[in-house]
Amino acid sequence: MQTRRRSGARSRRLTGAAFLAPLVVYIAVFFGYPLATNAGMSVREYTAASFYTGEAPFVGLANYARLLGDPLFATTLANTALFTAGSLAFQFGIGLALAVFFQRRFPLNGLLRSLLLVPWLLPLVVSGTVWRWIYDQEYGVLNQALLGLSGAVEEATGLAFLGSGIAWLSSTDLALASVTAANVWVGIPFNMVILYGGLQNIPRQLYEAAELDGAGPWQRFRHVTWPLLRPVTAVVLMLGLVYTLKVFDVIMVLTQGGPANASHTLTTWSYQLSFTELDFGAGAAAGNVLILIALAFALVYLRSARTADEGGAR
Amino acid sequence: MTRPRSLRTTAAAVLIVGVLLFPLYWMVNASLQPAAALLETPPRWHPLGGTLEGYREAVDGQGGALLNSTVVAVGTVLLTLAVAVPAAYALSRFPLPGGRTVLFALLLVQMIPGIVMANSLYAVMNTAGLLDTYAAMILADSTLAVPFAVLILRAFMVTIPRALTEAAEVDGAGPLRVLVTVVLPVSRNAVITSALFAFLFAWADFLFAVTLNNDDAVRPVTVAIYRFIGAHTADWNGVMATGVIASVPAAILLVVAQRYVAAGVTGGALKD
Repeated sequence: MQTRRRSGARSRRLTGAAFLAPLVVYIAVFFGYPLATNAGMSVREYTAASFYTGEAPFVGLANYARLLGDPLFATTLANTALFTAGSLAFQFGIGLALAVFFQRRFPLNGLLRSLLLVPWLLPLVVSGTVWRWIYDQEYGVLNQALLGLSGAVEEATGLAFLGSGIAWLSSTDLALASVTAANVWVGIPFNMVILYGGLQNIPRQLYEAAELDGAGPWQRFRHVTWPLLRPVTAVVLMLGLVYTLKVFDVIMVLTQGGPANASHTLTTWSYQLSFTELDFGAGAAAGNVLILIALAFALVYLRSARTADEGGAR
Repeated sequence: MTRPRSLRTTAAAVLIVGVLLFPLYWMVNASLQPAAALLETPPRWHPLGGTLEGYREAVDGQGGALLNSTVVAVGTVLLTLAVAVPAAYALSRFPLPGGRTVLFALLLVQMIPGIVMANSLYAVMNTAGLLDTYAAMILADSTLAVPFAVLILRAFMVTIPRALTEAAEVDGAGPLRVLVTVVLPVSRNAVITSALFAFLFAWADFLFAVTLNNDDAVRPVTVAIYRFIGAHTADWNGVMATGVIASVPAAILLVVAQRYVAAGVTGGALKD
């Protein structure tokens, strides 16, 4: 009886392993092998010719040294930080405000909330294209509206605040901010949905109790909502961060990293190194720098998730 | 007393949604204008009296690309489910010593930046002789969908009562039969969710499509739009019409599967 049960457990384990095997092979082939390839490329002089001749001389850390010595490295690193911080701050802030707003009960709440999801579901290339049209210097609706407003102000006061359309995407001062704003728009729904879910889990009685104690709306937010939402906040920000580091489509469609590299992030620069300059070794090295950054934050996230789990279990 | 107040809130909400969705309205509006009207000042604020010229141009010029996107997306769905369903079944119903490690790996690989995957998959696909094929894009796109699908499916399958599968086992059903006749029908919603998202990830993919092929013949719609705005920036109504068509799967998804989408946003919190 004992041995039969044990052999039964063993055969169940084998059966389970058989069902899991395709995934394990898949992970090895489609994540493990490419990552190893990428690491290998980053320490070789890997050019377009390497793909045909198979020759890619080992150069040690020369690709990394080349990146660090490239003035573009500092630029893209700073751009990546600004793009990520700006995107997160506004996505989260606006997402939270919307989540709090939609806590109220009113007709059509559910329908309107799901409509807000549409921008999240759209292919990013499409979203980027729409923003490129909105930002268009001559015919874009943004400049048209601003110029119209300026004209009206001029009629009333004699002073115009805008003489001609703003170069949202082709000015080195504005390109990064414009790209960030478009990316904020893309990310709001994601933040809102997760934060809304978090808010729904806060017991209503706490608000009622706070109200009985004479707390106003701001105090209720400050002392009930904000502290109780903290675990969700941490998750949203970490995920947003990892996600924003990867953003490629929006930047490529809007500016391709330009003008004069003003909106290049590590992601788009890595693409340019590999697929435009055909220096795959340098591109792989830039990608690995990006992995290190993402990994550092991923570990922080997984740690905070684990502490949150343990907190919940206790 | 509360009714007019809640109606005022609805009005405010409609206004907020209107502002946030304005870019989409502006896309639809532009797609229906004659090309010349888009270069007018002030702009035409509504598409009444517009034209379907842009759509004709989109279908004529980008019909092949839309078809390519469909082939790639359907292929990705099939591959994803083929790998993810058995794996989720194994992880949820069988005692596997390495199970936790696999789950952890799935969380971790979703954080690998896409450009790193593109860079290395280019080398891998080149070695395999798969550049410029549907297969390359299907395989690459599945890397976005498989981890997500396994996690979603497993999370659902662990909630299926043991008694249900054990009853089938007592009746003499083997593990494959239990999966097909008991677990899959019960997990229908989770399967639909992961299939829908796999479709959408592949349909929306731009990075793999633009790196893994140079061949117009297999070019999906995202790359077509990208090349289009590079080549003729003045032709906005055709671009916008293509954009609207490329958004249709997302719109259908939202209408048909609204609650699954909301579940997917949170469940797939680690999505690319």
